[in-house]
Amino acid sequence: MTTKVWSALFLPVALFLCGSESTCAQEQGYEVAVSMTQPKIVKITGSGGFRGLEAYQSGFLISEDGFILTVWSYVLDSGTVTVTLNDGQRFEGTLAGYDPQIEIAVIKIEADGLPCFNLDAAVTAQPGSQILAFSNLFGVATGDEQASVLHGHIAANTSLDARQGTRDSTYQGDVYILDAITNNPGAAGGVVTNRRGELIGLIGKELKDKHSGNWLNFCIPASQLSGSALDIRSGKLILADEQNSDVPAEPMTPELLGIMLVPDVIRRTPPFVDVVVLDSPASRADIMPDDLVVEVNGSLTPSCRTVVAAMGRVDRDSPIEVTLQRGTEFIRIELEVGR
Amino acid sequence: MTDSQIVRALARAIRWICLICASTLNPLTTPALAQVEVSEAVLEAERQRIETIQRASAATISVLAPGGNGGGSGVLVTPDGFALTNFHVVQGNGSFMQCTLPDGLLYESVLVGIDPVGDVALIKLLGRDDFPVAEIADSDNVQPGQRCFAVGNPFILATNFQPTVTTGIISGVHRYQYPSGTLLEYADCIQTDAAINPGNSGGPLFDAAGRLIGINGRGSFEKRGRVNVGVGYAISINQILHFYDHLLSGRIVDHATLGATVGTGESGEVLVTNILESSDAYFQGLRFNDRVLKFAGRDITSVNQFKNLLGIFPRGWKVPVTFEREDQTREIIVRLTGVHAEQELIELTAGSRGSMEISTEYIEVPDDEKQQLYEYRAGFANYHFNLQKQQDIHESFLQNGDFSTSDEMWRLNGVDSSGNEVVIALADEQSGIQMDGETWLFKPSDEFSDQSGSPQIRALMGLHLWRKMLVYGPGEYGDTISFGSLPVSRVELARDPQAAGQLVLQMTDRKADVLKATRGITETYFYFEPATGHLLAMDLFPDVDVPATEIHFSDYQIHDGLSVPGMIDLVTPGSQIQRIELKRFEFSAPVDGGD
Repeated sequence: MTTKVWSALFLPVALFLCGSESTCAQEQGYEVAVSMTQPKIVKITGSGGFRGLEAYQSGFLISEDGFILTVWSYVLDSGTVTVTLNDGQRFEGTLAGYDPQIEIAVIKIEADGLPCFNLDAAVTAQPGSQILAFSNLFGVATGDEQASVLHGHIAANTSLDARQGTRDSTYQGDVYILDAITNNPGAAGGVVTNRRGELIGLIGKELKDKHSGNWLNFCIPASQLSGSALDIRSGKLILADEQNSDVPAEPMTPELLGIMLVPDVIRRTPPFVDVVVLDSPASRADIMPDDLVVEVNGSLTPSCRTVVAAMGRVDRDSPIEVTLQRGTEFIRIELEVGR
Repeated sequence: MTDSQIVRALARAIRWICLICASTLNPLTTPALAQVEVSEAVLEAERQRIETIQRASAATISVLAPGGNGGGSGVLVTPDGFALTNFHVVQGNGSFMQCTLPDGLLYESVLVGIDPVGDVALIKLLGRDDFPVAEIADSDNVQPGQRCFAVGNPFILATNFQPTVTTGIISGVHRYQYPSGTLLEYADCIQTDAAINPGNSGGPLFDAAGRLIGINGRGSFEKRGRVNVGVGYAISINQILHFYDHLLSGRIVDHATLGATVGTGESGEVLVTNILESSDAYFQGLRFNDRVLKFAGRDITSVNQFKNLLGIFPRGWKVPVTFEREDQTREIIVRLTGVHAEQELIELTAGSRGSMEISTEYIEVPDDEKQQLYEYRAGFANYHFNLQKQQDIHESFLQNGDFSTSDEMWRLNGVDSSGNEVVIALADEQSGIQMDGETWLFKPSDEFSDQSGSPQIRALMGLHLWRKMLVYGPGEYGDTISFGSLPVSRVELARDPQAAGQLVLQMTDRKADVLKATRGITETYFYFEPATGHLLAMDLFPDVDVPATEIHFSDYQIHDGLSVPGMIDLVTPGSQIQRIELKRFEFSAPVDGGD
């Protein structure tokens, strides 16, 4: 409570003081920061294209050798996407991995010597700071056309309290709330920088405030992203294969644990638990219908097929570790058939 | 933090707040309490910005739909009241509408011209010849990240006639926004995050210096309703300048197409994927699978970019096109054709616009003076302005002398580039030309197209019509309209050393006032130099879907009190350029002296 009172009381002061500092520069534009940043932004096209589900989003280069940070969404469902660089070069991007808790993903393209952001060199910002937001909102830019840039300010530094459709958003951590309308269709995965073009954070998905129902404009601070991005690049948080080359004689199956997944209708059917068999290892471990299986033995499982495959790699008598998402909560459970 | 610490902190904070409130609410009487020193440079920058916005806003207008049914914005560009707005703002308003200015006055205005594809309309405010006007910038120099501001009448808030100012930055340039059907296409447009809301349509987008860079007209919206989400688009002022004289001629102006489509090749190159055999591009030599390298002076690297560029030109505009075929590069000049057939465009705009007749339902019936500012003719937004432009062109031409009494046979003697004699005889009943040891005759009483077979006869037909226009003027020539202005090409010696000594066509930066004249099915475009009234060139189409025969006139000199060309270049399709140096003029040659 105390901190809230403090920030509420000092917000006007902060704005007032910053006001004088920023007015000087206000007469100049942001051409330099914009031209510096544009080459690091990419356009991503993948799955989607139905009503209200755009088949495109934004991303930005985080390494010279083609690692790209973006949001984890249905656009990446096919596993490969088309990445278009600022200069119009097109690449096939493969999903290197993702972090279901922050809903970010890393894509890799085969290229070198690319302009990029260094996640470790990201800066923090205070309410009142001027920002620039770069993204391919509404898919306006194609080919060698530049991403769109919006300007605004950091309005608040707070934790996200949002919903996506009828569900609470998965990420509930720190965010910067912005006074520009940054979170438009296709903008997710874009970048927020300060007026010098230094990285502040990643533009999040289109979410509504849980209480007011208003659309939120926010970015996730880079400090929240760098750990996961590093994990993905170093081989953690990688996807489970759909097929197993090495299958034990008696492999594990979800059914042996008392888990029935939802019917596997498409390649990327999200692995929600449909039914939990009474008096099974799953029921004893308090697994519930509607839980989403996000990891099996440390491998990400974006689909029913990857869950089946990941379990099939384990002998049915071995213990198995499963991570479940229940609402906004992530639960890690160890299961064993005999238990 | 202990309770006493909190209390002390709160007390400190409250003292601060009080100080700030005092200084903000009443800065003049309590300067000592302000505590915040603002440098003079900052204050000066602020003063400048206020001044810039005030100066730019003065030329911004609100366009009111009849009966108070919404409206939009606009911007004055000439002191005598011509103002730009969107086609979709004037759509359905009839020919007269009311506009307000920040000076607090209500003005009557009349519709002048419309560009339904580009979503632009030109109107003229009445009653003053000293309207404030917007200074115009070169919108090709606009860069992303630059500051800009929009002025207009969002949500029709300007009930006190004072416009709303929203500031932002340039979010993107050279944007392409697809048309709905074939109308309202935003090509090569400017994207901004300055708030563009319903009612801002037609209003100006200014750069940081308060110069006009575009006309705001649409935004990306989608799921959040029709309010600004930081993504607005403005039609670039450079595009509008291509169309301005066309609009001024009171027409319903069409956009251009190449008569060919392009697609992306395997390595991203832009290739011709389809081409109409009746298009000028085809006549000039462009073929299927040719690689387009340059269009209108800009390098072409993507299909989108090509569409962007094509979308900024009116029908009839000539552009240089560079293409590559089997490692050979060629540059041609292509006359762009229209997106629509003439009747099609009339129907498309009439269907959505309702009658262009004067609306009497909502606003007062215009008085006599206003009635004189409108004339109906199909295919025109307001034919009155076309007649006026035709008159202006003719008056400017009359600087060259009065040809109307020289209505007998003209006899012109000259030499071609090989030094051979050329004789041209032109008269109402029959004309002839003698060159290369042969004689050709042309009789206007016969069907024009029957005689249009040989290039020489087409050229002769052009010269016959040239005399006709000079002697009788646009009024008696036939069906004549002002077409606006178009860039003019010129015959000159090739710069390419491989083609040294050859005559080639080159585009120039100059624009000419164009009269389009129709006799039967023969269409002729006459290019007049605005300042001198000299006829610079003619494009003759003896039939539909045939290439043009061009005649270029240069080296003007005075002869018997009449200004006449010393040089004529005949550019016939499929043949070389024939240059004739004229040596002798007779304007009343005896008939039997002709051929």
